[in-house]
Amino acid sequence: MTYPENLRYTKEHEWVAVDGDTGTVGITFHAQKELGDIVYVDLPKAGSAVEAGKTFGSVESVKAVSDIYSPVTGEVVEVNSLLADSPEKLNEDPHGDAWLVKIKLSNPGELGGLMNAGDYTAYLGE
Amino acid sequence: MPKSLGKIRPHLTQDEQLLFEMSSPGKKGYQLPELDVPAVDAAAALGAGNVRAGIEDFPEVSEVEVIRHFTRLSTWNYGIDLGLFPLGSCTMKYNPRINEAVARTEGLAWAHPYQPEELSQGAMEIAAVLEQHLGEIFGMDAVTLQPAAGAHGEYTGIMLVRAYLAAQGNPRKKVLVPDSAHGTNPATASIAGYEVETLKSNEQGMVDPAVLAAAVNEDVAALMVTNPNTVGVFEENIVQIAGILHEKGAQIYMDGANLNALVGLARPGDFGVDVLHSNLHKTFSTPHGGGGPGAGAVGVKKHLEPFLPVPRLKRIGEMWSWDYDRPQSIGRVRAFYGNFGVLVRALAYMQAHGGPGLKNATIDALLNANYIRARLEEHYQIAYNAKSMHECVFSDERQEKQGVRTGDIAKRLIDYGFHPYTVSFPMIVHGALMIEPTETEPKQELDAFCDAMIAIAKEIEANPELVKTAPHMTRTSRVDEVTAARKPRVRWTR
Amino acid sequence: MLDACGLNSLEDLYNHLPEAALLDRPLEIPAGLSEFEIADYFKQQGARNANGYASFLGAGVYSHYRPVLCDVVVSRGEFLTSYTPYQAEFAQGTLTSIFEFQTMLCQLTGMEVANASMYDGSTAVPEAAMMSSRINGRHRFLAARNLHPEYREVLATAARNAQMQVEEFGYDAKTGRIDMDSLVAKLDGTVSCVIVQSPNFFGVIEDLEAVAAEAKKHGALLVAVFTEAVSLGLLEPPKAADIVVGELQSFAISPSYGGPFAGVMATKEKYMRQIPGRLVGETKDHDGNRAFCLTLSTREQHIRREKATSNICTNQALIALMATVFMSVYGKQGLRELAEQNLAKAHYLADGLERPFSGPFFNEFVATPKGGTPEAANAGLLKKKIIGGLPLGRWYPELKGSMLLCATEMNQRADLDAVKEALR
Repeated sequence: MTYPENLRYTKEHEWVAVDGDTGTVGITFHAQKELGDIVYVDLPKAGSAVEAGKTFGSVESVKAVSDIYSPVTGEVVEVNSLLADSPEKLNEDPHGDAWLVKIKLSNPGELGGLMNAGDYTAYLGE
Repeated sequence: MPKSLGKIRPHLTQDEQLLFEMSSPGKKGYQLPELDVPAVDAAAALGAGNVRAGIEDFPEVSEVEVIRHFTRLSTWNYGIDLGLFPLGSCTMKYNPRINEAVARTEGLAWAHPYQPEELSQGAMEIAAVLEQHLGEIFGMDAVTLQPAAGAHGEYTGIMLVRAYLAAQGNPRKKVLVPDSAHGTNPATASIAGYEVETLKSNEQGMVDPAVLAAAVNEDVAALMVTNPNTVGVFEENIVQIAGILHEKGAQIYMDGANLNALVGLARPGDFGVDVLHSNLHKTFSTPHGGGGPGAGAVGVKKHLEPFLPVPRLKRIGEMWSWDYDRPQSIGRVRAFYGNFGVLVRALAYMQAHGGPGLKNATIDALLNANYIRARLEEHYQIAYNAKSMHECVFSDERQEKQGVRTGDIAKRLIDYGFHPYTVSFPMIVHGALMIEPTETEPKQELDAFCDAMIAIAKEIEANPELVKTAPHMTRTSRVDEVTAARKPRVRWTR
Repeated sequence: MLDACGLNSLEDLYNHLPEAALLDRPLEIPAGLSEFEIADYFKQQGARNANGYASFLGAGVYSHYRPVLCDVVVSRGEFLTSYTPYQAEFAQGTLTSIFEFQTMLCQLTGMEVANASMYDGSTAVPEAAMMSSRINGRHRFLAARNLHPEYREVLATAARNAQMQVEEFGYDAKTGRIDMDSLVAKLDGTVSCVIVQSPNFFGVIEDLEAVAAEAKKHGALLVAVFTEAVSLGLLEPPKAADIVVGELQSFAISPSYGGPFAGVMATKEKYMRQIPGRLVGETKDHDGNRAFCLTLSTREQHIRREKATSNICTNQALIALMATVFMSVYGKQGLRELAEQNLAKAHYLADGLERPFSGPFFNEFVATPKGGTPEAANAGLLKKKIIGGLPLGRWYPELKGSMLLCATEMNQRADLDAVKEALR
């Protein structure tokens, strides 16, 4: 698996892609693979405040639950409606169609603390 | 041509519709007596708005259809009556039928909880004797029989700790739980209003006294410890562990799920435990019944007794009475007085064994587990080298090299005619296989089980796919749990 | 076997335990008894309890006839001695019957999701309160004073530990229904749910739709409670509720001095992920056959640990199975006929008695004996081998002159007449 260069990664296996002042957040290929078949995704409502390093939702397989930690601080501006009915998309396209939320960044400086694709790949290899 | 595998041969199983699908209007399986008082017009008596139309889609079937339906369904199940049921930490032992018979004794089964106390003395006496026996087995000063199940007993126990500490001026904030604990422990501590702090086990799967000592301070209310723990090992430092907690004014709570390893040999009250629960449906043979009912008696040391739930049994002269006047009590944890029918069964079990017999059963349970361990150790990786008590825990790390995990081995075991062991628990073991045979099993059944496990280990070497796609001998093949969870369908609709 | 284990003696199995832990004496429990002696012991204890009495006690535990098939089915070892159906491939019997149970409970209560059962009705109440709290994030609960007193006590115990705030609201002294003014005065935007029993502890049927409407104005949920499941055969189901909890003891479960029983928890589909306890779902096996399995398990303690919806891991599977057989035997028509018989018996009994409450009742009601205390009336009845009603003064000082009477299909006319005579 090659991890996209345009994303920034967390140690808890989330990614964020930044466009202007908005960050799109998802979970990584590695995260979905560890969980196995994903059956449910619990996400915050648009308008909720999220904080970097704090959980804002969870992803469930049949026998495991994994918290999702926000890579950035800000306000949720959009939630991916695709996942409510088709959680399996998270297994199929975790870095693309199956993004979780879009967040309006209130502290873009935080991005500096995240890993790039190379660092993340090395982190997974440890 | 004979088709067989282990103790399995194909057998006729009938297909069966759901009750709703076999229903048709006018079929009935009941008969009520003639009404001996005037009939009442429901709409007139209750108001038309309070009376329902018919219960939509509720089944209408005949008596013979009912008995066939449930008999057919029963043949799709597996139970202890059919063979070894080695679920670790679940203590699936034989459920003696005398227990069932005595629980149906007229004066016991039909006793109403609010009938006068003078007409309930037999029931109260049974509860009193059971409390006394359990206190003796636990090494505890007082026992409550009120909790409905193990987790309910845990909840009661942690509430007792909280009430006791609160009476000393500070209920404290945290409960410590080892990472090997059953999930009910942290869940219980949390609903009882405590923060949960997880303790990392040492390389033997035990609580590490140094790790514990570093974690215990004036914020810690209690440690919840299972002993023997979930890897089937006796916590060898238990006396020291209790000392560390007591020194800081904290309590030690024991989850008695594995008490079957201790009855008659060692008593939690003697090794420092302040409060414990025991699952009567495990150690004391009351049937699991496909998931309940159980009962979760709680034993406590003297200092916790004033806080026990109401009501308590009290002796007044020659009579038993219920005492509600307990000002320090945590209150009521359920309606009435506990799962009395389950208590009757547990007492019958104790009477059948007697004191010496209970100890013998414990020793047999230890022997059976150690025998399985000895026979399988060559084929499966034992999780920890420490001596096993009533269960042994392996890891699937050898089989994983062939891509086969503990869940697959479990499914293949079904093909050989055994219920699987406990799968993937405790979580501190990589791909756990947790095996508890109990004292029930004769050597022949243990050998048949070990033979099946060894055959599966060999199959994994030769043909892992066979195991990964198991079971093959059941009428229902591997069930799609993913679709069930993605698109939950939890009731029948037309 | 010792040889295979590499041990010399049985003591080697446990002599590694610390000496301080080992018990150095035999247990002080008498030696084992034969089957005959055990049966005899329990027969003797049973004989010290009430035997051969007609009973008019209800109050959460009801005497109903138990069809023979119920015991026949639950005595089958495949049900009796099986475990929680985690291994779906050969637990389809238990799983299928639970799916039928869940369906029938939905049909009876008018809800869309019912779990595989709870410990009992009383413990289901705090579970419903906690569920309500998860749904709307509020921690204040209003419970009716005519909710079963022991259920209220269980709720109070749970609340003390979970920092939930429970307040009670009163009942109308004329009708025996909840006092709507008392409820409305306490309702505001901080209330998570309103908990109301119907038929209530006094046997009176509540107007749940009106309660739901008031609750809804403040964003609070309605938790409807029932203790007499037979009433569901005749009464309008509690559709207005968001969560329904109750006790199934009436469905073939012997009174057994208060347990084991089975609790019910049902709700609307939108709250499915907040419901505690086990749930069975329909799916297919690898070959495309219909199959059932436990589902949405991530709500539960064995996966979510301290974040679980509840610490419960037991359901009352065998008891629920008994109730399922009961519901199958009576069916659509029988359950209604059974309920109508209960209604007729109770109304015959009530006719001519002094009753403090005017609200409509099913098979229980409050009566005030003329010219004597409830205790005195009961003492007279006991001489005729009749256990009378439950004196209410223990929980309701203002009703200390009254008793709660219940009549079911099991009570015969001669006994009904004897009770009427004693109270008039």
